Amino acid sequence: MDKNKQGVSRRDFLKTGGVGAVGLAGLTGLARLGVPATSAAQDNGDQQETHMAHHGAGTVGQVDHAANGFDPHEILYDFDYGEIVGRENGRDIREWTMVAMDREFEIAPGLFFPGWVYGSTTSAASRRAGRIVGQCPGPTLRCIEGERLRVRFTNASSHPHTIHFHGIHSAFMDGIPGVGRGNVNPGETFVYEFNAQPFGCHLYHCHALPLKRHIHKGLYGAFIVDPDPEKYSGEEKEIAKTRNHQYPENQAVNEMVMVMNAFDTNFDGDNEVYAVNSIAFAYGMDNPITITGDKLQRIYLVNITEFDPINSLHIHANFFNYFDHGTTLQPTLKTVDTIMQCQAQRGIVEVSFTGFEPGMYMFHAHQSEFAELGWMGFFDLQGED
Amino acid sequence: MRRTDSIPLQRLPNWLLAVLPLALLAVLLVAFLGLNPLAYFTGAFPPLEEITIQRVLFPTNGQIQLEVINGGPDPVTIAQVLVDDAYWQHQVSPDKTLERLETATINIPYPWVDGEPLPITLITSTGLTFTEEVEVAVESPAVDSGTFLAYGLLGIYVGVIPVTLGMIWYPFMRRVDQKWMSAILALTIGLLVFLFVDTLLEALEIATEIPGVFQGVPLVIFGTLFSLGVLLAVGERRGGQTPLGIASLIALGIGLHNFGEGLAIGAAFATGAAALGSFLVIGFTLHNITEGVGIVAPLTRQERPPMRTFLLLALLAGGPAILGTWIGGFAFSPVLAVLFLSIGAGAILQVIWEVSKLLLRDARRTEQPALSWLNFAGLTAGILVMYLTAFLVKF
Repeated sequence: MDKNKQGVSRRDFLKTGGVGAVGLAGLTGLARLGVPATSAAQDNGDQQETHMAHHGAGTVGQVDHAANGFDPHEILYDFDYGEIVGRENGRDIREWTMVAMDREFEIAPGLFFPGWVYGSTTSAASRRAGRIVGQCPGPTLRCIEGERLRVRFTNASSHPHTIHFHGIHSAFMDGIPGVGRGNVNPGETFVYEFNAQPFGCHLYHCHALPLKRHIHKGLYGAFIVDPDPEKYSGEEKEIAKTRNHQYPENQAVNEMVMVMNAFDTNFDGDNEVYAVNSIAFAYGMDNPITITGDKLQRIYLVNITEFDPINSLHIHANFFNYFDHGTTLQPTLKTVDTIMQCQAQRGIVEVSFTGFEPGMYMFHAHQSEFAELGWMGFFDLQGED
Repeated sequence: MRRTDSIPLQRLPNWLLAVLPLALLAVLLVAFLGLNPLAYFTGAFPPLEEITIQRVLFPTNGQIQLEVINGGPDPVTIAQVLVDDAYWQHQVSPDKTLERLETATINIPYPWVDGEPLPITLITSTGLTFTEEVEVAVESPAVDSGTFLAYGLLGIYVGVIPVTLGMIWYPFMRRVDQKWMSAILALTIGLLVFLFVDTLLEALEIATEIPGVFQGVPLVIFGTLFSLGVLLAVGERRGGQTPLGIASLIALGIGLHNFGEGLAIGAAFATGAAALGSFLVIGFTLHNITEGVGIVAPLTRQERPPMRTFLLLALLAGGPAILGTWIGGFAFSPVLAVLFLSIGAGAILQVIWEVSKLLLRDARRTEQPALSWLNFAGLTAGILVMYLTAFLVKF
């Protein structure tokens, strides 16, 4: 066994000490570098980027509405009155021809959804295209209290569907599987027939099973029944006139349809896109809804959002009256700025911007998550000419 | 009598026979792609999309940068980006559609909050979502001289210095008698076994997160075997194993392993997972001190080599940690990390092989049993020390 030199030579000691000193220097160097330069980092460029970063919400790009065949700005004002085909028992018979079809459409720039949609021959989109265009939300069917309604429904989709109306009608015409006609299978036709009652803001949707999927894939639309002023008197009669599209008093009101809906693009039971009238941020800052202060604004607001228990509407800088289900001539809620609706709840919002300064007035769901995922928009109030 | 072939194959030149099957294969592939006989199967299937977010960087306040790769078989178009469940402005470069194995960088001007978690989601044109949950948003190291130096010093501190410290046991080791020397070798083998298992598992953990197309787990196995093979071959070439040669091989193996360790440390500090801070550094130091013991063990029975030799061995073993920390901090790529970690694991295997040979040779020479109780205790102690010091660095 070798015996090492017992002592440590001076050279060895110096060398070891040298290594140790380098190590210590490194440690202190490391420590000093570790102290973050706080205020020094906040130079102008940094602040500018932070400032810009806060305004960066929203989607990137534009949705091709022409390719979709329907436009949220058109759906906003489009009331599908169908066709009066005759009279029976002293009331008008109003008919629509509707179709259910499979359609892929763009809900956010670059984002496509494989939807099931309704279309009618008398919607603005179909009349423009010269053929039945499936749209989401489906056409807003509008009629008058007391009329006899017929909806000729043909299923041009690959799955069985129905149309279930929210209104007063017989079980046979209820549009649910297993009752009356039940499912309308692909290729088949059925005529739903019932009286238009009660007046109000209603909706229709598919009630085939599984219910969640048949609703959230896009089979729904608004269904409005105007009150008949002849049935009322006094102040109620005047109010009813403003709500009936056949009366000139209705012209003083700017009427809009907003169907709150959402899309679960990866089918995991959670919505990835929220919107009114299907397109995320459709009425955003670069494409707002233009309004004038001389008219009363009336919104037929319907909630058909799947997966989330409630949705809501909040209008900035103003308060409004709300008619729950629209089934009354007097508001059910006065002077509020936020109302909530669960799925299939709906109502009429009446808000006036008379005397307001021109500018952008935001409206959105007051679930911030929904707003940031597409359910927000702006009213662009024009100045007096 | 000469046998005649039905086809005069012997007349055909060699190269033609070699190329013929390949040429036929090319024809078959062209025909396949052209005629598309599998259309029956593919029908109306949606594309198989897979996007992996490989890195999330926070270059400065108000900026997020993602590095993504398409690890799936079909092209993917990134339609929108969501940060914390909100659609946000962004820019994809070079463009939103990624072909197979193509990478892209996404810049998002977003006011991220320091130290808070942040979920980032990509949504493709077909509506599929791919989410990365950033555990804590921390500003990424800027590639400037300051951080460069910092990470370099980090590498020195966890790599070179502990190894050097371990080497200072050399005078002590020279004085102990043979059976204790064998026990020390057994201890070294114990700690090396721990290092091997640890590195292998770390490589496998990252391997499961990289896109399937890279076949992470097979990559780990083949990387390990490959580096083991190369190092064994290098070792054999040196002929009669000199003690210095063995020590160098051990240092090389440990160096390769420390490169992988540096990668892990650098990446951890860069992504803010180093909230453990000084604990992490102390832990790695204790961990690596024992490596110095293993390197100088073969040198105890001969004349003491010059100081320069020890320094070079320390640099060989500890230096790669500096390189690894730089790469881990600034340019981390999970695929490369898997590769380097598995190479490190293979290197450790080779070191175990070399040190075991030493131990067996000594045992034969002194006619003592190789696996004596003392040696076994040394082996166990080695593993135990590593396991316990790892408490400081694992979470």
